[in-house]
Amino acid sequence: MEISENQLLRFTTAGSVDDGKSTLIGRLLFDSKAIFEDQLEAVETTSKRKGHEGVDLALFTDGLKDEREQGITIDVAYRYFTTPKRKFIIADTPGHIQYTRNMVTGASTANAALILIDARHGVIEQTKRHAFIASLLQIPHIVVCINKMDLVDFSEEIYNDIISQFEEFSSKLYVKDIRFLPISALLGDNVVNRSENMDWYQGAPLLHTLENIHISSDINKIDARFPVQTVLRPQSDGFIDYRGYAGRVASGIFRPNDEVAVMPSGFTSKIKSIDTFDGEIDEAFAPMSVSITLEDDIDVSRGDMIVKVNNKPEAEQEFSAMICWLNNEASKPRAKYTIMHTSNEQTAMIKDVLYKIDINTYNRNEEDKGLNMNDIARVTIRTTRRLMIDEYRDNRNTGSFVLVDDVTNETVAAGMIL
Amino acid sequence: MSKYYLNYLDELESEAIYILREVWAQFENPVILFSGGKDSILVTHLAKKAFYPSKIPFPLMHVDTGHNFPETIQFRDDLIEKFDAQLIVGSVQESIDKGRVAEEKGKNATRNSLQITTLLDAIESNKVDCAIGGGRRDEEKARAKERFFSHRDDFGQWDPKNQRPELWNILNGKHFEGEHFRAFPISNWTEMDVWNYIKRESIQIPSLYFAHDRKVVWRNDSWIPVSEYLKLEEGEEIVTKKIRFRTLGDITITGGMESDADTLEKIALEVSAMKKTERGNRTDDKRSETSMEDRKRQGYF
Repeated sequence: MEISENQLLRFTTAGSVDDGKSTLIGRLLFDSKAIFEDQLEAVETTSKRKGHEGVDLALFTDGLKDEREQGITIDVAYRYFTTPKRKFIIADTPGHIQYTRNMVTGASTANAALILIDARHGVIEQTKRHAFIASLLQIPHIVVCINKMDLVDFSEEIYNDIISQFEEFSSKLYVKDIRFLPISALLGDNVVNRSENMDWYQGAPLLHTLENIHISSDINKIDARFPVQTVLRPQSDGFIDYRGYAGRVASGIFRPNDEVAVMPSGFTSKIKSIDTFDGEIDEAFAPMSVSITLEDDIDVSRGDMIVKVNNKPEAEQEFSAMICWLNNEASKPRAKYTIMHTSNEQTAMIKDVLYKIDINTYNRNEEDKGLNMNDIARVTIRTTRRLMIDEYRDNRNTGSFVLVDDVTNETVAAGMIL
Repeated sequence: MSKYYLNYLDELESEAIYILREVWAQFENPVILFSGGKDSILVTHLAKKAFYPSKIPFPLMHVDTGHNFPETIQFRDDLIEKFDAQLIVGSVQESIDKGRVAEEKGKNATRNSLQITTLLDAIESNKVDCAIGGGRRDEEKARAKERFFSHRDDFGQWDPKNQRPELWNILNGKHFEGEHFRAFPISNWTEMDVWNYIKRESIQIPSLYFAHDRKVVWRNDSWIPVSEYLKLEEGEEIVTKKIRFRTLGDITITGGMESDADTLEKIALEVSAMKKTERGNRTDDKRSETSMEDRKRQGYF
């Protein structure tokens, strides 16, 4: 296959502070030759100054002054590497206190999540939290990396024991594809290269696994949804009457001559053409950015959604959702927020908090109605006008939203529609 | 079965177009920050695609340090004409003349940090509420932390600890009067992606990126081009070398490399074998371990 046909895989990493997450990313970058000489030199110098033996791979990922000083990761950072098979984007999320908010951020666009477990400690509460968030965010693929195998004598027994611990609690979660790998990020066992210390492990190393995960099916190709971002009206020579609806296909497939409805008005028409700068095309699927023209001159603007006549999203003014609170400031009872959903914005209110979830125990708390930073809760949202929604489980693009505080303009909550 | 997935370049292109359209939809007065380097040329090319068949709906803004490669200015003016775009120029020389900033002194003096004041002044006087830049997260460690929509307070400052979380594809560009945003549509591209795309799309770039004979001086581990702003130090000698530039900044700080790569194919091949980062030849980044972060906090793009 030619390099130009390579796909892009986005993955996120989760682990607690000392699970070796940064070391794993450093190892992936280092062994796949994505580290440049000058970066290596800089890290070698810092390692020496800090009195580390050898190169501290974790230093490749901690970029900010405060992070290097305190040895912690403050915010999501993005890393890149390419192999002959794929291009990878890593959302490197910090594992400490603000874990939920950061992990949700990194997980929202990920095809895969790497969950790290320290082989010496096995499944701990943190592991359950990570698995729960990965399941809540519907990350299609989970790779559980049982790390620090070098510190447990590369024991197959310990590895198998951790797998059964993980499987026991994860049976309650909704995860489609889950894999396990014994690794040592520090020594590089089973990261890019196969481990010589674990003959008993017959599977592929991590990089090979990431290169071969089947991701084409991660995108919903059934429900055609096209949120309109903006209207293109050039009014220039050759395009006097042109009205193109610019947007990015959220899911499904569109073709010229498709019978479509423009929501929420419900007016119907036919697709006249699907245009790009490089010419008209025969079909558009997610995540392509195109512009669509219609046979009829109907009123379409930003926030509207073009869908197939026989497959429409729900038009709701009230719906339930799981939300994750992202802000330092707690939610205010019955306060109004701006809801951003696809290209649509409306005023919304958290009408009711049904329960909060303790992500350590999965227990529901129906008493405490306040939403604080990192809380995950099931709520009822009411909006001033109808939104065109799908369930998050079916559609990550039309099933997700954020809430914005109108006083501070900050994004305060991330929501997944149930 | 036909394939229903995009290759990585198409996916990156689609993502960038989506972001450019969000900028246009969410802001009143956006501009593209245009430096004449390959990344800002790429962003301009993507903007052409995003709004086709309309013209690029926002002006290009060039912060002119006065220490340009002459090729850069020529290229800029040709591009503006080709795209029938509008150009806004913020002049560092003017900022100096007005006493807003003072020229640095000494051998390593540059106008790089002076740009920040000129940029912020130009943003303010043109009432720009979103400045679109060609910054990429793979360039530098502080950039790896950058959002697509990056909030700046009314002093133009970036606070890495107070960034808006970006979830799914939802970009929140809400801001108060006086504040502005920086938008980075090619955040997820790497240097290699940029070259592969430029090659694929046959995008025109300044001749400086291609190897040709130039008069240069060896300084700070790279070949610094001879210009009227360069003051020779003792022991430095002007030589003619076949040089190309991997990245373009001010003529005073951009180091060239010896190369025979005079076509896009050869450049892509050369870049894929590079052992040093792109900014390794930029003396402005070598001043301290956190120079990019410090500049960004002050309002650099």
